Parts: sequence; structure tokens; C-alpha cells
Amino acid sequence: MNAIEVKGLAKKFNGFAAVDGINFEIKEGEIFGLLGPNGAGKTTTISMLSTILKPTSGSATINGFNLATQQNDVRMSIGIVFQDPSLDDELTGRENLDFHGRLYGVSSKERKEKIKAVLELVELEEKADSQVKTYSGGMKRRLELARGLIHMPKILFLDEPTIGLDPQTRRKLWEYIKRINSEKGTTMILTTHYMEEADFLCNRIAIVDKGKIIASNTPEKLKQVLGGDVITLEASEPESLKKVVGKMAGINEVTIFGDKLNVTANNGSTVLPRIIKVAHDNGVSIRSATLKSPSLEDVFIHYTGRAIREEEADSKNAMRLRMRVGWR
Amino acid sequence: MIEFRVVYTMWLREMKRWWRSKPRMIGSLSMPILWLVVMGIGLGSSFSIPNAAFNYLVFVSPGIIGMSLLFTSIFSGVSVIWDRQFGFLKEILVSPVSRTSIVIGKMVGSSTVSLITGLVILFIVILLNGVSSLVLNPISLLQTVAFMSLISFSFVSVGLVIASKLTNMEGFQMIMSLLVMPTFFLSGAMFPIENAPQWMKAVAHIDPLMYGVDGMRSSLTGISQYPMMVDFTILVAFCVVMVALASHLFSRIE
Ligand SMILES: Nc1ncnc2c1ncn2[C@@H]1O[C@H](COP(=O)(O)OP(=O)(O)O)[C@@H](O)[C@H]1O
Ligand SMILES: [Mg+2]
Repeated sequence: MNAIEVKGLAKKFNGFAAVDGINFEIKEGEIFGLLGPNGAGKTTTISMLSTILKPTSGSATINGFNLATQQNDVRMSIGIVFQDPSLDDELTGRENLDFHGRLYGVSSKERKEKIKAVLELVELEEKADSQVKTYSGGMKRRLELARGLIHMPKILFLDEPTIGLDPQTRRKLWEYIKRINSEKGTTMILTTHYMEEADFLCNRIAIVDKGKIIASNTPEKLKQVLGGDVITLEASEPESLKKVVGKMAGINEVTIFGDKLNVTANNGSTVLPRIIKVAHDNGVSIRSATLKSPSLEDVFIHYTGRAIREEEADSKNAMRLRMRVGWR
Repeated sequence: MIEFRVVYTMWLREMKRWWRSKPRMIGSLSMPILWLVVMGIGLGSSFSIPNAAFNYLVFVSPGIIGMSLLFTSIFSGVSVIWDRQFGFLKEILVSPVSRTSIVIGKMVGSSTVSLITGLVILFIVILLNGVSSLVLNPISLLQTVAFMSLISFSFVSVGLVIASKLTNMEGFQMIMSLLVMPTFFLSGAMFPIENAPQWMKAVAHIDPLMYGVDGMRSSLTGISQYPMMVDFTILVAFCVVMVALASHLFSRIE
């Protein structure tokens, strides 16, 4: 059985299509990623699938329940870590978990056991009885992850679970997420704009941009689309360099983005010296050259002609977005 | 459909937050006490109500209890705006429980906080006035507590209605000066409405707190503008309407 099936799901805000007819299926036990820049429509998708927002059109089944008609069953089947903080700062960590357990009808005995187990999982036993306002950002995130597990949901929604966290804390969270998935078999749908995160955690990834899924597959298969290693060149005349490099043997594709040139080749390490020679012969100076195996970032560039990071740099916009979503 | 489990959960949270926030607790107690002492004793020593059988402190005491209930209740209801800003409301709204249970739970919790505060003020009122200047017996106390509960429930609901319409704290100052303060001043808490000009009397009669204060004055002093049953009936009607309105608006929040 599929844990989640989504058909033609769309959401319009005053005529603007934030999510524009997406389709996907997630198998039981899978970690499925929605990877895309800020404003791609990831949170809106999660909000619809978790019954917070009503879709403008389309349908979905979650754990076998119809999103439109079996809202309560859907809600019982899912746990969710929202993009924005959603804890009661005045309560302690344990009280936040207890509140959640009570709301979801977990019996008193089971609640105690579960709270103990999840606190152990995210290594928060020592902080459990302090008010949440004394927690660091990473601790709050871990507590939210733990909270989502109290009622033993079949499916866990993680909306940008490591946004704004330092690298070590991020690693830790990845570890917990992997462990939950492998030990409990929880199906997960995760959104992120960090390619490493999607690459490391997800069995399958859907790349989203402007409300649409532009590619969907396993990370390995997605990268194969690029046909090999990626050489990025900074040159004085990228246009003319593109022309000469395009004619060389052993080259799969040449694309320009900004003042840079992306060259894909099956065997990058032997192609790179040849490119430099050809450029020299044609009077084009190369300022820098990097060679790397393809990342999901390159996959995104391949499909959209833009980098995910460009949007990320626009932090003011991201901030505004976060505030708006938080205040809704 | 009301799930008792959910109501209890919401109530429990409200109690924990209240007990933990000592500044809020002290603040909500010290203002009415200040008013009682300054207005009741200070103003009362050089000012008396024409043709009244009792002194100003006795007159103003039910009014101050009403003020304490009004402020605590509205603030507590409006605090849902914070839950929304801090995202906690989402955690509640995404859970598999009925919205009505959530609203009722919030109301019961906030009203309990308001009522406890009111009871402390009542106790101080009795201390300041002395047992002999008030009507104090089990029945009058029960009646007083009934009016206090109705006032609390009604104005917590008013707060929730405001919160469901206001998405941030910006409009809050406006609500305070256009709604809360007039409700307090026109309730007859500080001066008898009977002696006020006609137009003010007219406005006062649409002030639900007036019936609450009048009801408590009736039970605590035996002297009031309207028979207790009239105050009671009007207040019950107002309370039912506000509870229904708050529940309705809340069930539609996205
Ligand atoms: N409540 C809303 N009203 C209007 N526009 C919205 C609302 N929520 C999101 N949007 C818009 O929809 C688009 C997708 O947003 P979102 O789903 O938050 O993207 P992501 O999570 O991928 O960063 C953005 O352009 C955003 O501005
Ligand atoms: Mg988002």
C-alpha cells in the first residue's frame, strides 16, 4: 500500500498558484523529500496534506484515508514538525509532550512510557523539566521531533526540520530521523532547501519549483540525468568558451549560468586539462575551474537554470515569509 | 461534540501557565487592590453617594471585583493571539479533536484563572469592609460566585472573539481604549448609573458588565438598581451568545 497518494493537488492564494497541480506517491517506510527553493510551495503542500489548509483542487489519500472526507483519521495518522516553532515556551519540555499525548488520547500509562522513550531518543532527558524558553534552537527542534512521535503516527511530516541550525545539530537531527525511520518504519515526507539534507536522508526526491514538480526520482537517478561529472569554469568570455568546448569529444553538455560555464563529462578529471588547453589556444582566459561529482544542486540548475542558493541568499524575503506563515 | 479529555487538557495548560507566571498573577491582583484602597478608602473619605445607606467603599467593592474579572478575562481570552504568533495554535488545531472542545477548554481554563483572581479580591473586599457592612451568608456568597463565573465566561469569550479577528497585537491598544475601558467605566462600578445623564444611562444599559456589577451589588449589599433575577437573566443570555459566537468563529480559523 502507498502511505501517501497525491493527485493534481493545487492551492491558489488570490489567483496566485502556490502549488500548481502536483502528483506523487510515497511507499510505506519511505523517506520522501520535497526539495526546492524558498517559495516553491513546499510548506503549502505540507499544510494541505496535514489538513491545515484546504486545497483549491486535487485530492490525496493519507494512510488510506481521504484527505477531504476523513480529516480526523488523517490527523490521527500523522505527526508533524512545522517549519516554524510551535512549542509552548512557558511549559517544560515534558509538559509539552504530555499535552500532546493527552490531546491525541494516549492513555496515562502509555504516555509516561512514550515520553520517556522519545526524550531518550532525542537526548533531552536532562532538560525535560526546564521551561522550553530556556532551550536552544536545536533543542527546541529535537523536542518538536520527539513530540511528533508521541502518538505513534504512521507518517511523519518534517517541514524544513533543520532550518537555521548549526552543522553539528543538523547532523544529530539527521541521525534521529534515520533512526526513527529504520527502527519504527515510519514513513516520512520531508521538505528542505538543503541539497545535502535531501541527498543524505531521502530514498526518493521530488524537485519542486514555482509550485510544480519538475523531476522526481532517487537521488542517484536524478544525478545520472546530468551524465557525469560537473566542471564549473569562470571565464572571460563564457559565450565563446561554450562554443569551442561544445565541439570537444567526451563532453555531454555545456550550459551557462551567470558568468559561469557548467560542463558535464563522464570523465571530468581527464577532460578538464583538455578544456584549459583548448581555451588557451582560442585566447579565452579561465579564471577558475572546479571539478566535482554531480550534486542535487546541479540537478536543480540543470532543470531551472538557477541555483537554489540564489533564493536562499534573499534572506529578507525568507524572513518575511516565515513571519507570515507563523502568524497565519 | 465536546470531549472532556480535551477540555481538561486545555484547562490544565491554562492553570500551569498561570501558576508559573508570578508577575502576571501579582499584576492582576495588585491593580484591583490599589483601586480598592485608593478609590474606596481615599476617595470615599471625602465623597459619599447622595441618599445612600452605605459608604463609598461598600458601593465600589462589587465594582472592583467586576473590574478585576473583566480585565483578567479579556486578557486571558485575547492571549490566544500569542499562541498564534508563537505557533502553538497550529499544534492544537492540527490535532484530531473537535474545535468546540478546544474552545470550551480554553474558556473553562481562562475563566478559572479569572475566578480565582476574583475570589482573592472578594476576600480582600471582606477584610477591608468588615464582615458587618456586607451581606454575608452562604446564599449571598453563592449568588456572588455565580455572577462572578458568568462575568468571567462572558468576557473570556469576548476576548476569544477579538482574538479570532485580530492576527497580531497591533489592534490591541485600540481594543483596550474603545472596548474594555468604556465597558468598565459605564458599568456603574465607580458611580451609580441612576444619577448619570440620560444619554450615559442609555449607553450603560447595553453594557453587559453593568448587570454583572448590579447583580453582585445586590447579593453583597442587598441594594441594587434591578432585581437580581433581571441581572441574572440578561447576563446568562449574553454569556450564551458570546460562547456560541466564540465557538463558531474558532471553528472557522485556518
Ligand atoms: N497564506 C498565504 N497567502 C498568500 N500567499 C501565500 C500564503 N502562504 C504562502 N504563500 C505564497 O505561496 C508561495 C509558496 O510558499 P511556501 O509554500 O511557503 O513555499 P516554501 O515552503 O517552498 O518556501 C510563496 O510565494 C508564498 O509567498
Ligand atoms: Mg516552507
